[in-house]
This record gives sequence, structure tokens and C-alpha cells, in this order.
Amino acid sequence: MTGGGVTRLGRGATRMVFDLGGLTRFGAQVADSLRRRPLRLRRLADEMFTIGVLSLSIVLLSGLLVGLVLGLQGHTTLVRFGAEDTLGAVVGLVLIRELGPVLTALLVTGRAGSAVAAEIGAMVVTEQLDGLRMMSVDPIDFVVKPKALAMVLSMPLLSALFIVMGVFGGWLVGVVFVGGDPGLYLSSLESAVRFREDIGGSLLKAFVFGVLVALISTWRGFTCRPNAAGVSAATTATVVMSSVATLIFDYFITALWRF
Amino acid sequence: MAGSGMRDLVVGLFVLAGLAALAYLSITLGGVGTGVAGGLQLVATFDEVGGLRARAPVVVGGVKIGQIETISLDEDLRARVVMDVSPDVALPTDTSASILTSGVLGDMYIALEPGAEEDLLKDGDEIDYTQSAVVLERLIGKMIQNLGASE
Repeated sequence: MTGGGVTRLGRGATRMVFDLGGLTRFGAQVADSLRRRPLRLRRLADEMFTIGVLSLSIVLLSGLLVGLVLGLQGHTTLVRFGAEDTLGAVVGLVLIRELGPVLTALLVTGRAGSAVAAEIGAMVVTEQLDGLRMMSVDPIDFVVKPKALAMVLSMPLLSALFIVMGVFGGWLVGVVFVGGDPGLYLSSLESAVRFREDIGGSLLKAFVFGVLVALISTWRGFTCRPNAAGVSAATTATVVMSSVATLIFDYFITALWRF
Repeated sequence: MAGSGMRDLVVGLFVLAGLAALAYLSITLGGVGTGVAGGLQLVATFDEVGGLRARAPVVVGGVKIGQIETISLDEDLRARVVMDVSPDVALPTDTSASILTSGVLGDMYIALEPGAEEDLLKDGDEIDYTQSAVVLERLIGKMIQNLGASE
């Protein structure tokens, strides 16, 4: 029935506004805790390990493979125009401007964001967060903040490593496999990259995606329904919402960061 | 905890590797502060720079000796190109500069042709003999015009 469809649409829209409000308020709470409470460096280092270091292998491997594919695809296409000397610029710019930050954010969402949501969700289910509150320990300060901060700090680092691995992968194909000019690969890249537009935009993206994934994953875990199905729903919602938010923000940052 | 110390070390290494990657991207690729140390600033004015861009290479005999710092318009509406070249290269004052293209579709660069004078170019000097970029479209346009005229 159309009536039922309209009702569902309305419910979905209300739900979305409600979620956005909840996420914003949660973000404000985390920011407030960041401003008022001292950092727990011990907790931060532990979270940097589980979020940053443990995501390293998948990020490096993906970066290398993406670079190899870009090198191969780029080379076969550029050769047709006799422009294979610009392979370095093609591979590097694509990685720096788009694929580096975006793919890293998607990989970290899958690898670490889902785990963060599930972990905090399990704490909700087993009433550990209530236990913390009972001992007058603020769960946002103790559980959420180190995880969120570790995510925000790790994202630009992981993205930069992804890009370097990708450029290396493209170099492997363009120089070692098909025997291109080793100097031209890097020099075409060097003369094509501009610091503010390309590197600055890339870092800005990685930072914004880090904030998005960090807030969405911790918030989904924090507001998880206290049962097993709730944890699974929170994990799924984290991955879906973070990925979509990353891609939406990517478009707008690209559109606005151009002068 | 022994495990915790090990873990901190790994986290530290991760942060260092990440920062090294960032530094590589900004310094080597992004060109932050890559002006040649104590480099020579040379100025050349062209009627037409075509697709020449900042950070394009400056070469002598095919060997890169520097890069383009800025391209701007001067008061006579000609393109003023500022180059940053290595001070180790002794360039005479009658050196000429031409804008060339690597290949048909390749990037544009500036080639310097050393002259025969005894005096050398100093920091901030202007190169007087310049040859503008060849714009392919104009060349083709002229060719078509000439063909039309000869008929």
C-alpha cells in the first residue's frame, strides 16, 4: 500500500534526524570531555595499538595492491596515447587525492570501527558501563575518548602509509615490470603534486574521515540495545553509516577544497 | 608489564612510520622547502608560457638544475617566470631560456642554453634572451591559413 510506504518513509526520515541529533550531542560530549579532562595516555597507547597498529597490515597490503592495479590499468591506457611517462602523476594523484584517504577510511571502518562498536556494545550488554558510572568513572572519558582519539590520530598516518605503498606499487608495475623510465615516474609525480591542494586536501580528508568513523563507531556502540541482537545491529549500522558518511563527505570536501 | 612495554614500542614505531610517510609526501612529492639550498633566483619574461606550471623542471642540456618557483604577469602583461636553480651551475649572462615540451603531449619545461660571456648570472638576475612556448593549436591554425593562401 502507498499509505504504508509513506508512513515508512516518514518514520525513516524522523529516525535519521533523531540519529543525527544523537550523534551530534554525543560528539559534543566527547569534545567536552576532551577539553575538560586530562588525557589518559596509557589507555590512548593501548587503543592506538588495537586500532592503528592492528589495521596496519591490511592497509599496507591494500595500498600495495591498489597501486599495482592502478599502475597496470594506467599503463595500458596511457600507452595508447603515448603518454606512459605520466604514469607516476596519474597513479600518485589518484592515490593522494581520493583513494588513499577514502579506501583507508573504509578499511579502518571494517577492521577497527566495527570492533570498537562491538566492544563498547558488549560493555553495554554486560552492564560494564553502568558499573563504571556506579564508581563515578565517566564512561565517555574512560572508554570512548581514548578509542575515538586513537582513531582520529591513526587515520592520517594510515592514509599516508597507504599512499606511499600505492605509489610504490605503481612504481613496481611502471618501472620494474614494464620497464619504464625510473626517473620519469617520480619526476612526473613530483611536478604534478601541489602541496596545499593535493597533500593538504588529502590530510584534511583523512582527518575528517577519522573523526566521522571514530564518532559513529563509538556512538553506535554506546547507544547499543542491551542484548546480543543489539550488538550485531550496532556493528552493522557502524559499517553502513561510516562508509556512507565517508563517501558523502568525500564529495563535499573535494568540491569545496579547490582554491 | 613487559607486554605493555613491547606494545608501546610497536605503537611508537607505527607513529614514526606514519610520520615518515607524511614527511615523504609533503617534502619529496609536495615540494615543501625543496627550493635548492642557497639557490639562485633567475627571472625570465616570456610572451607565451603555454602550459608551463610552477615546479616544472629547469634543465641545461637535458640535466635538471632547478625548478620554476612562480609564474605571474608583469606590468606589460607578459609572463614573468621566476626560477630557482642550483648555484653550482655557472651560467653566463647571455644565457637564453626557451620553453619546450617533452614529447608531443608531455609536460612543459624550461631549457637554458649557456652563452659565451665571461660574466656569470647572479641571484635575482634576468635572462634577456627568451623563446616562448610553442602552442600547437596556433601553429596548426597558421599552417591551415598558409595552405588556404597558397591555393
